[in-house]
Amino acid sequence: MDTPIETIELGGVGLLRFLWRQLTSMRTALILLLLLGVAAIPGSLIPQRTQNPMKVRDYFIDDPSVASWMDRFSLFDVYGSAWFSAIYILLFISLIGCVLPRSFEHLRAVRALPPLTPKNLDRMELHQSWAGSGDELTAARAWFKQKHFRIREFEGAISAEKGYVRETGNLFFHLALILILVGVSVGALFGMKGEAIVNVGERFINIPTTYDSLSYGKLFNDASLAPFSLKIEDFQAKYDPLTNAPEDYTLRVSAIESPGSQAKSKVIKVNAPLSFGSTNIYLQANGYSPVVTVRDKNGAVVLQGPTPFLPQDANLTSIGAIKVPDSDPQIGFVSSFLPTASRDKVRGGISAFPEALDPKLLFSVWQGNLGLDRGIPQSVYRIDTSKMQQIGLHSLKVGETFVFSQGSITFDGFVPWVNLQVVRDPGKLYALLGGIVAILGLLASLFTRRRRIWIRVNQSSQVEVAGLAKNGAPGLDKEIAAFVTHLKKVEK
Amino acid sequence: MTHSSWAYVSNYLIYSAMTVYTLAFFAHAYETAWAVRSPAAEPTQGNLLTKTLDYSRTEKVARIATAFMILGFLLLFAGVVARGISAGRVPWGNMYEFSITGALAFCGAYLAALRKYDLRWLGLLVSIAVLLTLGTAITVLYRPSAPLVPALKSTWLVIHVSAAIISGGVFLLANTIAAAYLYLDSMEQKGERKAWAKRLPSLEVLDQLSYRLIAFVFPLWTFAVIAGAIWAEHAWGRYWGWDPKETWAFITWVAYAAYLHARVTVGWRGRKAAWLCLFAGSTFLFNYVYVNIWGTGKHTYSGL
Ligand code: HEM
Repeated sequence: MDTPIETIELGGVGLLRFLWRQLTSMRTALILLLLLGVAAIPGSLIPQRTQNPMKVRDYFIDDPSVASWMDRFSLFDVYGSAWFSAIYILLFISLIGCVLPRSFEHLRAVRALPPLTPKNLDRMELHQSWAGSGDELTAARAWFKQKHFRIREFEGAISAEKGYVRETGNLFFHLALILILVGVSVGALFGMKGEAIVNVGERFINIPTTYDSLSYGKLFNDASLAPFSLKIEDFQAKYDPLTNAPEDYTLRVSAIESPGSQAKSKVIKVNAPLSFGSTNIYLQANGYSPVVTVRDKNGAVVLQGPTPFLPQDANLTSIGAIKVPDSDPQIGFVSSFLPTASRDKVRGGISAFPEALDPKLLFSVWQGNLGLDRGIPQSVYRIDTSKMQQIGLHSLKVGETFVFSQGSITFDGFVPWVNLQVVRDPGKLYALLGGIVAILGLLASLFTRRRRIWIRVNQSSQVEVAGLAKNGAPGLDKEIAAFVTHLKKVEK
Repeated sequence: MTHSSWAYVSNYLIYSAMTVYTLAFFAHAYETAWAVRSPAAEPTQGNLLTKTLDYSRTEKVARIATAFMILGFLLLFAGVVARGISAGRVPWGNMYEFSITGALAFCGAYLAALRKYDLRWLGLLVSIAVLLTLGTAITVLYRPSAPLVPALKSTWLVIHVSAAIISGGVFLLANTIAAAYLYLDSMEQKGERKAWAKRLPSLEVLDQLSYRLIAFVFPLWTFAVIAGAIWAEHAWGRYWGWDPKETWAFITWVAYAAYLHARVTVGWRGRKAAWLCLFAGSTFLFNYVYVNIWGTGKHTYSGL
């Protein structure tokens, strides 16, 4: 495959041709392959924006100048960076430039007959010669046919070849890698991904505003969203009473595929998403939403309903913020929800078990300005208390009410929430197909031996046998020994 | 029997396997020492498929050593199975379980290769490696047997993890051989092989051997990575997300692809190929040790 470096012709075409040869040479392919492996390393050691935005933010807070330098080299977005893309794009250009011509060449070779038997067989590997009976060619032909060799006869000699599958498999393997890349690209261009926290009992409609976070591929837009909607009917989580580890999550929904169609009852589990065409809906995380009623001094309801809280540990100790912007002054509750309330010397109130066996709502009450209208996006789980004043601190069990100077809060109960992840990836089937073909191609190429065996019988019945194993594949010695034994048996 | 008594049986079997591997280690050590004390007149160098060493004087001890290796394998196998029964699932839920199964795969790869090639000279190294792995597993990594977290409850666990563990066992065997290659090669470059090393196979044979092992499992590793991607698609909604574990699996894959390329097309042999093999193998180990214990990401099943 390696082309010797030719003298560079002057002129653009010559230079281009030279570069192309260099790029599609095996040595370049090897270097690019190693480079791809090494280039993938930093992204696994440095936090990446796509997976761990919080940690990336910590880098910027700890040492902004180093972080911004790192950012200049895309070290927080390695796998989408220009330099990483450059490596794999060059590798794939090299691959195409290498594999396509080879495929045509191989197609021709498969159609052609094996080359003629060489004149001097005694120069070849595993050469043997003996005085035969003259019937060897017939016997050899039958043997080759039975073993599915491809044969060519010429003037008392047979060339037999086998193992074309090796090259075929190798080509399919490389072509399949291209198919995988196509699948990945299609997914990146025409796909979407979004997440939404939905309380049990609520409805999820697949429109942009329903999502907490949503990202589109370059060629995807709002109109491409699949028109389904779900009602979250029920969520059950089972935990091991000994280790507190989760054992099973079951989410029941009633699903409407498109407006006007019948609602169907469906189950979503962690390893079993719900699909609408190439859109899948996954159960990603779960937690609790305490349900409270907040009244003002006059007893009028100013807020009622569930607020999703964010789990902090495996026992679902959760934190959250209940914000009442419509009261005057504004009121906020900085809260924790403990599904199974317990106390810890260091951490204070924590949950001892993820199931809600003894639920408790802990909170401090703040009045003042919630800062919601300043246009800066705020975490829904936290309250900026810098412009507020604490006016109370309490904990409630289900059904209890706490009265403070500006009104009261009643802890009505709780509902579970689930985090749904909605993903559309129209390219994944190509990638899967590519993966399957790649494995089959590899098996074919790594487990077949390409080899030739020759036999010549001259006028005086002198028999000559020799062989050639491509890529130094082992086992030809045994095969030729079996061949010769067969011929000698026929002679007797 | 109750689940906890199965866990007890499993631990008991693992300890027994360790005892037997210790015996195997001593038998191999004795065999080596004996063969060195009375070296053969001519170092025998055969083809890969025939015997490569002169065992004429030590055949009996070598056989005993191999018998211990087989017995250790069986005990370890039973221990892994009992662990699975105790947890009511495949025994691949945390790092302790990965390690005992990995040791089983490594030893299995050795015994399987032994059927084809005479690798008994490697038994000393294999028994030490298995002992160290099991020792670390049962002292540092041990966790009581427990059911799986929901994300691991999938047929893909069985498919993906078994393929990965078997590949790992064979990769490490190939690595051990490549390391032996480099060691013997530097010894030969300084002059003659030392007395004890004279009976080991030629560099050519070692080079071929590690290549064949890698060429044999590369498709399996490819399969393990793809099966992992399919499972990730089922569980997390994307088949590839550059999670550290996935990234390192990819790096290992690319490194071994580069190794095969280097051999087949650019003609690397010997030292260069052995170094590349060690590099690729260390990416596998790194993924197992570093990413499991200190890494972040979705694959945090070490249970530590
Ligand atoms: C994504 C990048 C690539 C990967 C993962 C890859 C992987 C592999 C693997 C695993 C083999 C070994 C199969 C065997 O021994 O039969 C192989 C062989 C080969 N590859 Fe690649 N390859 C890549 C890119 C390329 C490129 C860019 C070229 C051409 C410049 C190329 C040309 C070849 C050739 C000629 C063989 C040898 C076939 C033989 O004679 O057995 N590959 N490749």
